[in-house]
Amino acid sequence: MNEPVRVLALWSPDWPVTAAARAEGVAPHRPAAVVVANRVLACSAVARAHGVRRGLNRREAQARCPELAVLARDPDRDARAFEPVVVAVEELAPGVEIVRPGLLVMPARGPVGWFGSEQAAAERLVDQVAARTGVECQVGVADGLFAAVLAARRGLAVGPGDTPPFLAPLGVEELDREPDAGRADLVDLLRRLGLRSLGAFGALDADDVASRFGADAVLAHRLARGLDPRPPLRRRPPEELAVEIELDPPVDRVDAAAFAARGLAERLHAALAGHGLSCTRLGIAARTTAGEELHRIWRCAEPLSPSGTVDRVRWQLDAWLARGHAGEVRWLRLTPEETVTAGALQLGLWGEAGEADARAGRAMVRVQALLGPDAVVTAVLAGGRDPAEQVRLVPWGDEREPGAPPPRRTRRTGPVGGPDAAGERAGGERDPAPDEPGAWSWGVRPGDGTPRRAPAGWPDDVLRATGRVSAVDRPESGHARPSNARRRAATRSTPIGRPAVPEPAPSWPGRVPAPSPATVPVEPLPAEPLDVGGAPVGLAAPDRLTAAPHRVAVDGGAAREVRGWAGPWPLEQRWWAGAGPVSRMQLALDDGTALLLAHRDGRWWVVGVYD
Amino acid sequence: MAEAAVRRMPGGGSRADAASRLELARGVLRGLEDRAAGIRPVGGPAADGRVLPVAGPLARLLPAGGLRRGSSVAVVGGPGATSLLLALVAEASAEGAWVGVVGRPELGLVAAAEAGVRLDRLALVPRPGRDLLAVTVALLDGMDVVAVAGGGVRAADRQRLAARARQRGAVLLALGPWPGADVELSCADAQWQGLEGGSGRLCARRVRVELRGKGLGPGRGGRLLLPSRGGGPGGAPEVVVPEPAAVVAG
Repeated sequence: MNEPVRVLALWSPDWPVTAAARAEGVAPHRPAAVVVANRVLACSAVARAHGVRRGLNRREAQARCPELAVLARDPDRDARAFEPVVVAVEELAPGVEIVRPGLLVMPARGPVGWFGSEQAAAERLVDQVAARTGVECQVGVADGLFAAVLAARRGLAVGPGDTPPFLAPLGVEELDREPDAGRADLVDLLRRLGLRSLGAFGALDADDVASRFGADAVLAHRLARGLDPRPPLRRRPPEELAVEIELDPPVDRVDAAAFAARGLAERLHAALAGHGLSCTRLGIAARTTAGEELHRIWRCAEPLSPSGTVDRVRWQLDAWLARGHAGEVRWLRLTPEETVTAGALQLGLWGEAGEADARAGRAMVRVQALLGPDAVVTAVLAGGRDPAEQVRLVPWGDEREPGAPPPRRTRRTGPVGGPDAAGERAGGERDPAPDEPGAWSWGVRPGDGTPRRAPAGWPDDVLRATGRVSAVDRPESGHARPSNARRRAATRSTPIGRPAVPEPAPSWPGRVPAPSPATVPVEPLPAEPLDVGGAPVGLAAPDRLTAAPHRVAVDGGAAREVRGWAGPWPLEQRWWAGAGPVSRMQLALDDGTALLLAHRDGRWWVVGVYD
Repeated sequence: MAEAAVRRMPGGGSRADAASRLELARGVLRGLEDRAAGIRPVGGPAADGRVLPVAGPLARLLPAGGLRRGSSVAVVGGPGATSLLLALVAEASAEGAWVGVVGRPELGLVAAAEAGVRLDRLALVPRPGRDLLAVTVALLDGMDVVAVAGGGVRAADRQRLAARARQRGAVLLALGPWPGADVELSCADAQWQGLEGGSGRLCARRVRVELRGKGLGPGRGGRLLLPSRGGGPGGAPEVVVPEPAAVVAG
């Protein structure tokens, strides 16, 4: 059982482009690319020869190759167009499994035994596919699915037992080649740790990998060593997990069939969840009115979610119904061909109402689709003394962890003085053009080149002064980290190399105590407190006013009467960065609101409104 | 039509005063809007009996003892409005409800955290721009409470949002004028405590919260501390004093 199975993989390069080009009637010699959200998702070999690359901007791609045919993406079409290829292969070899449109695998034993050798089997399969469908493809044979797919990309047959040496020199980025893998974080982390090849990664101890990098990395580690991704002990699914449905009346349209499939998929997943299982290989069977029995197995790298199941059923039905002569589908059955114990897919793992969270998450994603990813934010409290400084806004979907790199919002400015530093205050020039509305850039000079990542709660300056920079930060400190907070890789990797005991949160002496202002103006508003005689109130000393405020005018408005006042409280911080001193004062007005004013650069500003 | 209605109003005698006429016309219009909003295909907010909890002093004030799911609540602008809004959502948020805030880039989030709002369950859409309606509808689908800046939303859109909230069992909180809301809260007589001439600091604020709404009877309200020393709402024992038809200030 420990012996890895020989797997034959058949891969058609750039399948989205091939499928799209065929559907749109683009000639194969013309360069073509499939573009999603203005980025090249896949491009044909001709386009690649012209310098078009995956991930390129559309304009850039068109500039490099003006005759480029830009095609839209359509996963349904990809799956539909792949069906003839599967049929062609199935005529020669049994047990074909589709990994995704463009890639299928089968146990190598059957075809190799029949055709005499792996070479012969590969040749026959390639010929068969080319003759029947006109699609170019490559074949690879190796031990295990992962190695077989990599071999197919290179058109190699890896001998039995040679899989680990074959994998060893390949780069770790091969772990993230498949579109569904989602291991960009892990790959990025491994490369920064200096583990650039699969061999180097595989040489790590499995226990260490499990304790440091998490569950997915364990799978990746097994892949890198040429083992089957999951431990060999597999559960046989109990028979009653299969779900089926009679379609009455029979269905001949994909959307109607997909509707039925949705209920079926939910039933399947409810049954699986009841057994604590999730499905990694899904069998889809259908019976048509013409009496034909259709059966196809889909295999997935990740355990299938209900929506993933529905997608696959829809693609498959689309393919079957598009053949035309099959007639209508009158019976549908989903079989979990292979299951693993469910882990991360379970809802409510942390004792929270997982469903409500998922619902809220969906709502926020929908708003992000409307307005852009940065439009929906949640707040994280950070260190600081100004009401605006204490808040960091994180776009929904990014890590909220306080130690994460602060995005271009207010950066923490911090205490360096002794224990008696109650009177320090960030001051300094107002950045004339803050790069984001809502982020006051007081006290932070643009581009002062500080390393942007600090252990939780510690200001950057302290780190610089004391040399307390965690190991993860060092490679970054030379160049400013791009301020885009959507780099999950970096945030997730933060715990590694950080001391296990968290740093205690700093107390920020000199903060105005609670209650805090309920309204914090996006930009500080100019204010002018006046004394009884109508003369402006200024500062005689950092902690002394020239006169008691009697009225105050905010932002050029009418002067309002002051009922009570307190302060000023001086604060000095970041003097090492050239920031000036600041004094703050609270004013209660006659209408029941109160203002928090800050005096800096010779004027008063409203930094908070207690309304 | 408004003219005719104005003439029938009992206070129409002082018609010579243009300002008071305008005020009257506005009142009539608001009444009409209220009546139009009252015609509903579905039952009122009572159709969905679930209630989101609010902090003690406010709970004794609100008719259902909390925010009824499916209802719309307006917090009339003015001193204390934002604090009141935060106090309303705090308890529900602490118990795990999701709260969305649309179109308030200047919301004081430290104050929100002090009031007891869980920031990891507070979704902010500071600048919805022209998509305010679409964004609010989307959030109503997934959140338990959605607060929206009320100014400048048309009557038809207000009804659409209220209907959506009713349908999804969410609470629609409007900050600012929102004719047609089930409950309308406002603050009056705000007085800060803790400040003396040049010494002390802002500690707490005594306000009278007034409540208006359909089927509530006239003049319901009570005194409480908003914010109290810790940040959230608080109150002395004699907090809720239902007052008979009090004079409404601003």
